[in-house]
Amino acid sequence: MLKVDHIRKDFPILSRQVNGKPLVYFDNAATSQTPQQVIDVIVDYYSNYNANIHRGVHTLSQEATDKYEEARNTVQRHFNAKHNYEIILTAGTTESINLVAYGFTTLLSKGDEIIVSALEHHSNIVPWQMLCERTGAILKVIPANLDGELIMNAYDDLLSDRTKLVLVNHISNALGTINPIEYIIKKAHDFGAAVLIDGAQACPHLIPDVQALDVDFYVTSAHKMCGPTGVGMLYGKEEWLTKLPPYQGGGEMIDQVSFEKTTYAGLPHKFEAGTPNICGVIAFGAAIDYMNAIGFSEIAEYEHELLDYGTKKLLEIEGLKIYGTSKNKTSVISFNLEGIHPYDVGTLLDKMGIAVRTGHHCTQPIMDFFKIPGTVRASFAFYNTKSEIDVLVEGVKKAKMMLM
Amino acid sequence: MQTIKEIQEEIIDEFSMFEDWEERYQYMIDLGKDLPLIEAQYKTEDNIIKGCQSKVWVHAELNNDTIAFTADSDAIITKGIIAILIRVFSNQHPSAILEANTDFIDAIGLKEHLSPTRANGLVSMIKQLKMYAIAYQTQLN
Repeated sequence: MLKVDHIRKDFPILSRQVNGKPLVYFDNAATSQTPQQVIDVIVDYYSNYNANIHRGVHTLSQEATDKYEEARNTVQRHFNAKHNYEIILTAGTTESINLVAYGFTTLLSKGDEIIVSALEHHSNIVPWQMLCERTGAILKVIPANLDGELIMNAYDDLLSDRTKLVLVNHISNALGTINPIEYIIKKAHDFGAAVLIDGAQACPHLIPDVQALDVDFYVTSAHKMCGPTGVGMLYGKEEWLTKLPPYQGGGEMIDQVSFEKTTYAGLPHKFEAGTPNICGVIAFGAAIDYMNAIGFSEIAEYEHELLDYGTKKLLEIEGLKIYGTSKNKTSVISFNLEGIHPYDVGTLLDKMGIAVRTGHHCTQPIMDFFKIPGTVRASFAFYNTKSEIDVLVEGVKKAKMMLM
Repeated sequence: MQTIKEIQEEIIDEFSMFEDWEERYQYMIDLGKDLPLIEAQYKTEDNIIKGCQSKVWVHAELNNDTIAFTADSDAIITKGIIAILIRVFSNQHPSAILEANTDFIDAIGLKEHLSPTRANGLVSMIKQLKMYAIAYQTQLN
C-alpha cells in the first residue's frame, strides 16, 4: 500500500502556493516533479565531482565517468536490455526519435512504407514525415475509434511487404490510452518491419521489458519519471544500432580521426557525440531508483484509484465530456465543458492554483478527429491525492459557473 | 473624442474597483460575451491569427481618418481582452495607434495574457493592429 502523505514530503514543490492557493499539480503528463532524493544527487554532482567524462585521468573525471556509466547500467537493468551498450543516452524522447529517423535515411527507398498511429505526439510524426521527404517513403496512419483506441483491423490492412517501420506510442499523451504494442510489434515483425515505441508517457506508470516485448527501438524521457529535463534514452537492439549511421559528429563518438578518414567508436559512444548531460544522466539513474523503491505495481494501483475517482467525480458535472474512454488507460483525464473553450477553463483553474494542461497537447490530428480545438487535461501522478481531485472538481464547477 | 491615454486611465479606474481575481475575470468574461462580433464575411482564413491555444480574428476599416477594428476569438477570456484592446485602439487616428503602448494591461492585472509564451494570439493581434495603423497611415499621407 502506497503511503502518499509520506511520499509527498519528498517533493518540496508540492508545498508551494500558486496565486495564493496551495498548488494542485495535475500536469504530470507534461513533466513530473522532482523528489529531494534526485535534487540531492544533482547538488552532490556539482558540489563534489563535476568533471568531463571518458577522457580525464584525474580522480574527478573518473568518479564522474563511473557514476555516468553506473546510471547507464541502472537504465539497462530497469528496461531489461540485453547489453548496456544498447542504451543510448540522449537529450530526450524527441532526440531519440530524430536519431533513429535520421539513421533510416540510408536504409529506405522510394515507395517503402512507414506506419504511424493517429494518436501520436507531433514528435513521433514530424521526424518521420521529414524522413519520407528525404527518401520518397510513404506515411500511413493507423486510425483510432471514438474511445481513442487504435483500430487493429485497420493496422492489419496497412501492413505489407513494403512496410519498413512502425512507430507507435506505448501510451497516448493526449488521452491516456494504453496501446496494444505487443500485438503491434509481433505483426510488424511478421512483415520484417522494425518497430519504435515512444514510451514517454508509459515509463512513469509501468516497466517496459524491451526483451520480452522484442521491440527494436524504445525511447523515453527522464523528466516524465521524476528525473531532470534534457535527458532521455534510446534503447535499440544491437543489430539495429550497428546498422544505423552516427547521428552527430564530434568528440566522444570517434575511434580515430585524420583529415583523410575518420573511424567511429563502437556502441554506445557512436551515438553520444560531445559532452553529454552528465549530471542529468546520473540524476536519471537516481530517479529510476527512487521510483523502484516506491514500486511500480504500487504506483499503478494507486494511480488507477485516482483515475477511477477523478473520472467518476468529473462526470458528475453536467455538460462535461471526457475524451479517451478506453478501459485500458492510465491516469490521464482529457475533457471539455460543453460550449466552453479549454483555454478559458485552464486560465481560471490556474487562478485557483490548479495546474492542468490545455490545448491540443501536440496531437493536432487526434483533436481534428474529435473536431475540437483541444481539451483540458488533468494527469495524475502517484504523489497526487483524492482531496486534490476534489479541489479540481470544485474548480471546474466554479469555472463553468463563471463562463456559462 | 477621448484619447487612447484617457481611455486607458478610465479602464484602470474601472478595474481598481474589483476586489479579487474573480471579479476581474467575471468582468472580462462578460465583456467577451458582449463583444460585437466581427461580421461573418471577415471571419476568414486571411484575418485569422493562430495562437497555439486560442484563435483571434481581426478586421480593420478606415472611416475618414480613424480606424475601426472588429474582432473575435474562440475563447471567451481572450475575447474579453480583445474587447478591452478594441475599446482602446478603435476609432483612433493611425498615428495615435502607432504611438500607444499596452502598459495599462499590467496595471489591470492581466499582464500574463499578453506574454509571448501564452500563445493565445493576443501579442500577434496587437502587432496586427499596429500593422493596420501603418498601412492606413501611409494611405492617409
